[in-house]
Amino acid sequence: MTLLADTFPSASRQTAQPGDPGLAATPLRLIDADGHPGADPGRLELPPAPVLRELHRRMVLGRSFDVQATALAKQGRLAVYPSSRGQDACQVGAVLALRDQDWLFPTYRDSVAILTRGVDAPEALALLRGDWHCGYDPYQYRVAPHCTPLATSALHAVGFAHAATLKGEDLVALAMLGDGATSEGDTHEALNFAAVWKAPVVFLVQNNGYAISVPLAKQTAAPSLAAKGIGYGMPALLIDGNDAAAVYAAVRAGVERAASGAGPLLIEAVTYRAEPHTNADDDTRYRDRAEVAAWRARDPIARLAAYLSARGLLDEAGSAGLAEEAQRLAASVRERLSHDVSVDPGELFDHVYARPTAALRRQRAALLAEVADTEPGEDAR
Amino acid sequence: MTTALHSPAAAGSVLAGTAPAGTVLADTAPADAAPGPDAASPAPVTMAAALNRALAESLAADERVVVFGEDVATLGGVFRVTDGLAARFGPARVFDTPLAESGIVGTAIGMAMNGLVPVVEMQFDAFAYPAFEQVTSHLAKLRNRTRGRVSLPVVVRVPFGGGIGGVEHHSDSSEAYYAHTPGLRVVSPGTPADAYRLLRQSIECPDPVIFLEPKRRYWGKETVALTTDGPPIEQALIRRPGTNVTLIAYGGMVSTAVEAAEAAAGEGWDVEVVDLRSLSPLDEATLTESVRRTGRAVVVHEAQGFAGYGAEIAARLTEQCFYHLEAPVLRVTGLDIPYPPPYLEHFHLPSVDRILDAIASLEWE
Repeated sequence: MTLLADTFPSASRQTAQPGDPGLAATPLRLIDADGHPGADPGRLELPPAPVLRELHRRMVLGRSFDVQATALAKQGRLAVYPSSRGQDACQVGAVLALRDQDWLFPTYRDSVAILTRGVDAPEALALLRGDWHCGYDPYQYRVAPHCTPLATSALHAVGFAHAATLKGEDLVALAMLGDGATSEGDTHEALNFAAVWKAPVVFLVQNNGYAISVPLAKQTAAPSLAAKGIGYGMPALLIDGNDAAAVYAAVRAGVERAASGAGPLLIEAVTYRAEPHTNADDDTRYRDRAEVAAWRARDPIARLAAYLSARGLLDEAGSAGLAEEAQRLAASVRERLSHDVSVDPGELFDHVYARPTAALRRQRAALLAEVADTEPGEDAR
Repeated sequence: MTTALHSPAAAGSVLAGTAPAGTVLADTAPADAAPGPDAASPAPVTMAAALNRALAESLAADERVVVFGEDVATLGGVFRVTDGLAARFGPARVFDTPLAESGIVGTAIGMAMNGLVPVVEMQFDAFAYPAFEQVTSHLAKLRNRTRGRVSLPVVVRVPFGGGIGGVEHHSDSSEAYYAHTPGLRVVSPGTPADAYRLLRQSIECPDPVIFLEPKRRYWGKETVALTTDGPPIEQALIRRPGTNVTLIAYGGMVSTAVEAAEAAAGEGWDVEVVDLRSLSPLDEATLTESVRRTGRAVVVHEAQGFAGYGAEIAARLTEQCFYHLEAPVLRVTGLDIPYPPPYLEHFHLPSVDRILDAIASLEWE
């Protein structure tokens, strides 16, 4: 392994000192914003061509899904949708780097990551559509329920991974975080517990520059979020989060390292949220349009497409076929979510406890009787 | 957040200096959590020792059980409830954690998702608050949020309540916060035998359980055979039968209530004592049957009265037993003040006299 602390000065306890310029190192990248090979060969391992093509394909599909979900939210078919547009490389690169047996612990902005892990699109959107549950079976996909409170699921990832160690299972947990979440106490506790226990966890901080409206400069005085690894005795990587190859390589390195028993890795991926926080947000109140336009020009998909095209790994026919596949996915999502949902209020009581209590059984019966008494056409809600 | 200001040695000295005379604190002594004689035959056992045996037997019976928290391994817990477990079961089963309560509960959730049965300790009631978000937003809700696919059989042990001369933040009664949260079970034992039985049952329960241990009763002894036989986890128990008042208590107040009932007999009142054991879910059947029979009810708890657990009991009894009641349902509770310091806590805690005063006012004409 030629990555991690020994190749990233800011993460080395031996070398890093306050004021050390290494703490603000330039993010590692394998493919630059123009689609050319990046300046860090040897620090991160360039994925082989089939992986690069799959990264591109899944980002195109993920973008199509994300755009369609944003539209559905605006149409009222979803209660809310936090877009990850612009963070496509993180969403796809991180998930494709996982092995089958590994677990993903996503946040509310990680629907594309959940989709990429194989969760059926309507299931991935169930919660955001307005249901009370996460939609999918976590054990089927090895994806924890997406977590709305910030940073809390990082502790679940650490516990899950440490249990695997205690049981002798070969399993790594990927904890997704954002830049805002790094200010939460649970991020601190998760990083600390993971480091002390040498838990097989990879922490991926998608630093998209804003916690809703609050920019990173008001979130931390640290030279980088990766630099925080030093305080936990944990190696860290600062990478270009719009470079899918770099995200894949960094997460894969973290998975291999954690699986070997060497402990957790912190990755800060510098990226940008191209859309408002959610469809309910107005980002013109806090972001300059020129800034948004500049980041949109650094599109992670275009970057990888340029790299692949220049090497004969993606041609026009391939692009057209992929565009068609993406359209089919969007049409399917649109069709499957563009109808009224039938709800069963009785099920609200069924999973509060392993077996409903006597009091819940009474409330359930009362609510169902109330619904049955509702006049046809009257809104039972 | 935790400062272990309350080592057992300090507790002993504080108790000696400040315990109000004549209370059950008189029989407190440093915890003796060493395994007692064969559980099958009656023997004197403290609540701390009974809890210790429940943990040991759960660890032995089910390899998925893990015990962790602050100071629980090498030290055996500040109240010695986990004494000897690390040596017997090893560091993969019983281990110390970094000092962070949210981290303890949050990682317990992850471990339970991956098939373990964590039994974690919050060192003191008020030091459990940093874990509140993990408890209320995740531990309580993940079963529901996954449509029953994720089960979290986690037990959160919380030494709770006052009466031990603890300095600030060491004596809170926090049961109402937990009982208000759907998805949690909340139980509190009043005797050593029940501490053993309820903890074994809690560890076997598929739901998350907040296990409130009345720390003032840790060292009270009962001569009893420890067994899991007996009432299920959510059943209330009639500790003392009576005919014309129902006194309702749980945790540390059970023995105070029984003491008050015995004293009331001398005044001509035949008091029934109901030990709730399970605060959530509540065994309304046992409770309402008793109150319909006696026609009078007094709820006792250490926690502040305002929006306290007793208000829920009083409301339910009023709704369900109104036409059987001879008098309003009364509450004898702590004062609506922050828990007072050692010199003053006896003013706060419900006493036998206050309970008798409440009983006396129950429309006896």
